[in-house]
Amino acid sequence: AMDTDLSSQDRKDLDKFIKFFALKTVQVIVQARLGEKICTRSSSSPTGSDWFNLAIKDIPEVTHEAKKALAGQLPAVGRSMCVEISLKTSEGDSMELEIWCLEMNEKCDKEIKVSYTVYNRLSLLLKSLLAITRVTPAYRLSRKQGHEYVILYRIYFGEVQLSGLGEGFQTVRVGTVGTPVGTITLSCAYRINLAFMSTRQFERTPPIMGIIIDHFVDRPYPSSSPMHPCNYRAGEDNGAAYPSVEDSQEVCTTSFSTSPPSQCVFTVTKAHFQTPPPVVTDTLKVPVMGLAFSHQLSSSRLSYQPAALGVGSADMGYPVLFAGGLNAAHPHQLIGPGKEGGVPPIPSQPAHGTQADQERMCTPLDGVHYSAATPSSSEDTETVSNSSEGKCGSPHDLLETIFIRKVGAFVNKPINQVTMANLDIPFAMFAPKNVELEDNDPMVNPPDSPETESPLQGSLHSEGSSGSSTGNTHDDFVMIDFKPAFSKDDILPMDLGTFYREFQNPPQLSSLSIEIGAQSMAEDLDSLPEKLAVHEKNVKEFDAFVETLQ
Amino acid sequence: APAMNCRAEVLEVSVEGRQVEEAMLAVLHTVLLHRSTGKFHYKKEGTYSIGTVGTQDVDCDFIDFAYIRVSSEELDRALRKAVGEFKDALRSSGSDGMGQISLEFYQKKKSRWPFSDECIPWELWTIKVNVVNLANEQERQICREKVGEKLCEKIINIVEVMNRHEYLPKMPTQSEVDNVFDTSLKDVQPYLYKISYQITDSLGTSVTTTMRRLIKDTLAL
Repeated sequence: AMDTDLSSQDRKDLDKFIKFFALKTVQVIVQARLGEKICTRSSSSPTGSDWFNLAIKDIPEVTHEAKKALAGQLPAVGRSMCVEISLKTSEGDSMELEIWCLEMNEKCDKEIKVSYTVYNRLSLLLKSLLAITRVTPAYRLSRKQGHEYVILYRIYFGEVQLSGLGEGFQTVRVGTVGTPVGTITLSCAYRINLAFMSTRQFERTPPIMGIIIDHFVDRPYPSSSPMHPCNYRAGEDNGAAYPSVEDSQEVCTTSFSTSPPSQCVFTVTKAHFQTPPPVVTDTLKVPVMGLAFSHQLSSSRLSYQPAALGVGSADMGYPVLFAGGLNAAHPHQLIGPGKEGGVPPIPSQPAHGTQADQERMCTPLDGVHYSAATPSSSEDTETVSNSSEGKCGSPHDLLETIFIRKVGAFVNKPINQVTMANLDIPFAMFAPKNVELEDNDPMVNPPDSPETESPLQGSLHSEGSSGSSTGNTHDDFVMIDFKPAFSKDDILPMDLGTFYREFQNPPQLSSLSIEIGAQSMAEDLDSLPEKLAVHEKNVKEFDAFVETLQ
Repeated sequence: APAMNCRAEVLEVSVEGRQVEEAMLAVLHTVLLHRSTGKFHYKKEGTYSIGTVGTQDVDCDFIDFAYIRVSSEELDRALRKAVGEFKDALRSSGSDGMGQISLEFYQKKKSRWPFSDECIPWELWTIKVNVVNLANEQERQICREKVGEKLCEKIINIVEVMNRHEYLPKMPTQSEVDNVFDTSLKDVQPYLYKISYQITDSLGTSVTTTMRRLIKDTLAL
């Protein structure tokens, strides 16, 4: 009957509501994955521009992407708007976490009042979306991003693709709103493999030093990087220029700087999301060497379970070389990625003592927190890793030590190659200790080595070693020869390599011997009560000092 | 007692003592987010415009959990006050730590003198709380995570209920607005609500310790 048909005004209104609802939906989802707390103000006076009476800011790039994906269309039956949230590690491995779907089905509610009821229900649905986006597993992941991984979003329009979420994904319905032209439904399908992953392991890690790229490597790529900040708080003026995006994959946020995460939000327009690497951000989009180093830094802060990676004391493969932290139980051994971050600086003495047979050195990078202390420090347990305590020395103490890895796998590679080994299992950091990864999970089989143009490239994956017991393959390092990267003859009077070779295997520090070590520890323990008494006496001074810090 | 057509939802949580406040606030704020609008501004001819509701993220300190709430300090204060009293009552009851806190939405129906106005509830949320005592730090850590997961489920439950689009009071005219909404806050406008709680003593009987009204009701004459 004619009178139940939608009036043209109502139809126009409804289309507008649905369009802006779709745009706001995308904003809410993307903003909820930026990794920072959102806060908008209530305003009793309507401003006229707050759709659905909710204060939801519009990040220009996000609106741009959403409009691009929609291409002037509206969600309709069979044409859904999807926001895909995925995670990408600094090694370039990526994984879909969630798909948010805005769909339309055929069930119409002809009686409903468009300008009033539909509008208010859409507002309620947005509130539900605000609430639900905080309770799916990806929220907590996204709050901790910026260190080892970033969270990305992609908007597409058409058929919903859920296959990338792995088996057993769960769905949560956010809500539905009936309209005269169909019922709008909003839901989220999310991967649950990570649901039980503890995100605590990322809490202690300082941010990746993205600035490093600027300092140590010549970019093989043009300097006009596709990355641009989308931090809408910085100003709307950069809303004008949107780089053209082939593939609409973009980084929600990343903070690759020395400042704490969630200071800056970057958008990277990025194609080739699927093929590893070239990776998303400018920071990561560097030759393998750069990638290697950004990986180096990142994995130095991962707290791998040594058992999971089959890493024992002498078996430390690649992750350990970054070791910053000394395991308290084994004061003389570098344990996995240091808790406190930092790479052992080995200015004049390479790894020695118990690590003598493993000649790994790391190249600290400008801007990274490494202490420049030499092993001649009197602290007995702080062998080569004075940075183990996470103390940040001057970032300008550039120590040109080289990472090498002596493993048969690299014998065939060119001599002037510095190689890095990557994690064999992508996302290994996410794997709970005892959980078996799916066989058909692409994460189990590491992606192929990246192709890069740099002559310094190397395999990012040690061949033939799996994530579990890697111990034996790393036992015998055989150094063939190498030309250290970054060494320039005109800086040091002697070739760094020669220098290194000469000072390899120095005699062990007496303080490293067990008896003396134990003895001094016993002394330390004995002196504790005394020290405590002194501290107690001075407690007022300490308090005053603390006051000055606040 | 709730009226016949008052919808009632019950949620249950088991938490450690120090988690009570944050868990209650998370649930109450989530409900009130859905049950608050912007301030109404009535114009001529019975039309009105609606203000804007802002939102903000809240991180819990004792629970691995975060939630979003309406940006209104007055509303937050009111909820914190109620939850604080509930927590104190729980603690001082000396019982095995069971109680419940209720959030009731109601409409006022004006009656002629000498009868006082009626409060007709239309939605009642009850959160049953069971306080657990934990023995060591490891248990506490697990509790942080588990309670966080449970609260995620509760939020999803709340949203499910909200999505049913069941009875909501009609949008009032200007003269009726105070019978439907709490217009006393300066930045947002929740539906009229009241919060009350009960502590269950160790015998399992409900003992109503106090009833609190958190908004200014019109006093009975």
